[in-house]
Amino acid sequence: MNSSSAQARSSFGKIRPHTIIALVEDRPGVLNRIASKWRQRGFNIESLAVGHSEKPGLSRMTFVVDADTNAEQVVRQLDKLIDVVHIRDVSHEDIVSRELAMVKVKADRETRSHIIDIAEVFKAEIVDVEPDSIIIEATGDENHIDSLVNLLRDYEIIELVRTGRVAMLRGPEVSHPHEEDAEQFERAPGIHTW
Amino acid sequence: MTTDDKLYTGAQMVMESFLREGVDTIFGLPGGANLPLYDVLENGGVGIRPVPEGVVPKEYPIRHYLVKHEQCAAHAADAYARVTGEAGVCYGTSGPGATNLVTGIANAFMDSVPLVCVTGQVISALIGRDGFQEADIQGITIPITKHNELVRNVNEIPRAMQEAFYIATTGRPGPVLVDIPRDVLQHTGKFYWQDKVQLRGYKPYTNGVDREEVAKAAELIEQAERPIILSGHGVIISHAFAEVRELAEKANIPVITTLLGISGFPGTHPLYLGMPGMHGMYWNNIAISEADLLIGVGMRFDDRVTGRLKDFAPKAKIVHLEIDPAEIGKNVKPDATLRGDAKTSLRELNKHISHKPRERWFSWLDEMRRKHPSIVIRKTEEVLPQYVIQQIYEATKGDCYVVTGVGQHQMWAAQYFWYDRPNSFVTSGGLGTMGFEVPAAMGAQVAAPNDTVWSICGDGGFMMTLQELATIAEYNWPIKFAIVNNKVLGMVRQWQELFYTNNLVATPLKNPDFVKLAEAFGILGLRAEKKLDVKPVIETAMSHPGPVVIDFQVKYDENCYPMVPPGASLDETIDQPAYAFEPKRVSDERRKVEVG
Repeated sequence: MNSSSAQARSSFGKIRPHTIIALVEDRPGVLNRIASKWRQRGFNIESLAVGHSEKPGLSRMTFVVDADTNAEQVVRQLDKLIDVVHIRDVSHEDIVSRELAMVKVKADRETRSHIIDIAEVFKAEIVDVEPDSIIIEATGDENHIDSLVNLLRDYEIIELVRTGRVAMLRGPEVSHPHEEDAEQFERAPGIHTW
Repeated sequence: MTTDDKLYTGAQMVMESFLREGVDTIFGLPGGANLPLYDVLENGGVGIRPVPEGVVPKEYPIRHYLVKHEQCAAHAADAYARVTGEAGVCYGTSGPGATNLVTGIANAFMDSVPLVCVTGQVISALIGRDGFQEADIQGITIPITKHNELVRNVNEIPRAMQEAFYIATTGRPGPVLVDIPRDVLQHTGKFYWQDKVQLRGYKPYTNGVDREEVAKAAELIEQAERPIILSGHGVIISHAFAEVRELAEKANIPVITTLLGISGFPGTHPLYLGMPGMHGMYWNNIAISEADLLIGVGMRFDDRVTGRLKDFAPKAKIVHLEIDPAEIGKNVKPDATLRGDAKTSLRELNKHISHKPRERWFSWLDEMRRKHPSIVIRKTEEVLPQYVIQQIYEATKGDCYVVTGVGQHQMWAAQYFWYDRPNSFVTSGGLGTMGFEVPAAMGAQVAAPNDTVWSICGDGGFMMTLQELATIAEYNWPIKFAIVNNKVLGMVRQWQELFYTNNLVATPLKNPDFVKLAEAFGILGLRAEKKLDVKPVIETAMSHPGPVVIDFQVKYDENCYPMVPPGASLDETIDQPAYAFEPKRVSDERRKVEVG
């Protein structure tokens, strides 16, 4: 789950992690099933974000798989899960992707204004100020967050928390179209002939 | 959706679901948590005990077979499913009852067998509190089931059961586990049965066959000079026997069956070449390396088939007929893909192919078969295991079901027996579960009560599940157990000999007297120590109306060849060491081994 190292590689423009989005049943055990597939098949997951979708009873998930993992296998293996309603690899599509981070930085009378200046440049919000610390909330793609975090390292970061990537297709299209129900299966008769 | 106003207990709902799904056979073992499921069986005596007011008193005409260990319930249900083509059902109680099923479930999962396992769970109030005999069987079986569910409300039982059967039997089949707490089995509710299963996340079928891909595949077949059909388990599962035969005969293409594909194509058919892979026929492995087209039907290019993957079929284009999208492109990249049920895809493909002579290819194959014996039985007075298998074939002429365990005897049963009956070979392929042979023979016999079932057993595997002899004696199933007794874990010993400097650690076995053992269970025990004993013993076994255990005392250190060493490619196959043999020609029209 180390997205900063993946970002470092992707900033060379060569190896990019895959972004996969999935619509899943909001049922107990769903995360367990998905995580079990990742673990068993050795898929390397960089980040995972999950929450309710626009449809009741369905959650939408965004996860980032490292570049060395076969994204096609990830999609096909996870699609076999009954609880995964729809899944797609959007790495090569036109998407908006965002991540939210909160950074708690050591701040005193001298450094506070510098830190606030940096936050402003990054359009980040100051959500908590105490005599010895400050919490900055930032939203953006991973590059944006990485740059902010790098600058704040000069001021001693006490704690850093990131949500991982969430992504959505640009334009009016929904990422997960509602499909027609599969046709009822015609079961094979138990007659054994050549 | 159908329902009536009457109240059902959870256990009755499970039974109603069985009736609607056509289930009449269950293998299982009772315990504290699944007792309500037993209480509603035919001899449950519902009328005697007080029934909650308004509840339908009902007994269910479902036959339950009591096994001695839950693993065997799962294996028996597995074999039952393979032979009937319908879902097998097994029961286990909570905790150890459920965990004992795990090996059987994993076996069914690897071999795509439809299995519905119903386990009792501790009462709802105890779940998550480490109650007595509590195990998180849903969590445990996530990686080895197609789907599973813990049912927490009695009204959910019919839906869960209906979905379980639908998921288990459709698409690529597989095991489904339904875990129901004891209190939920005792609660009452109304029985809702859907007209059609609604699962928005389950897409087992495609909308018809892709015409472009069919055209591409037909074109590849038309152009191919050295094509081979690799027929797998999918052919058997979808009952595509006639279709794969039509493809082979119409296009004039030789057929290789994978281990699980055996008995999907007639064993004595002139186009049949046998099994490929680690212990496949030498000519098959070389032919695959020489082929310019492989048509994989309902098979997944498993490592035991392909050998070293990067050198697999270097000259071949690949047409893949497969129902599971995750298998397409997983191991090999196909040039044409027909996603869907093997029968449907083959029917479509068969419309677009024509007959080609391919004389050079067939004469090349004939030449390979002449030069490389692969399956011959050498002249000796010792009892060779291959000879035992071959004699069983001669005695039965293949008119029986053959069940095997895992190891050398399994490979010999695949090599020295010709399966002319569709779907007559029951074996543990993917998981390679030793001990499968005993319970699987039970399942096969229950599924085919009027047929003979031969269980070819290893002595090691037989020792793992032999407690079921008690079950077999109880129900008097006339199964013929042929223990290929070399007093060693044979395949492991072979690896030790070939790859571990013959360091025979932990492989020799101190076996019991199998004849006395059988007699202790009330079963006829026979022994063949000399070659001359083999035939008469088989005859005695076949004329005996009840179960028989035969102890064939075979040569200790016979190796199973041909063999692709682990990690080697198919063209590095080691054939039968020729010096040890007097080569006999394998006749073409009926590939019967001539015995010295």
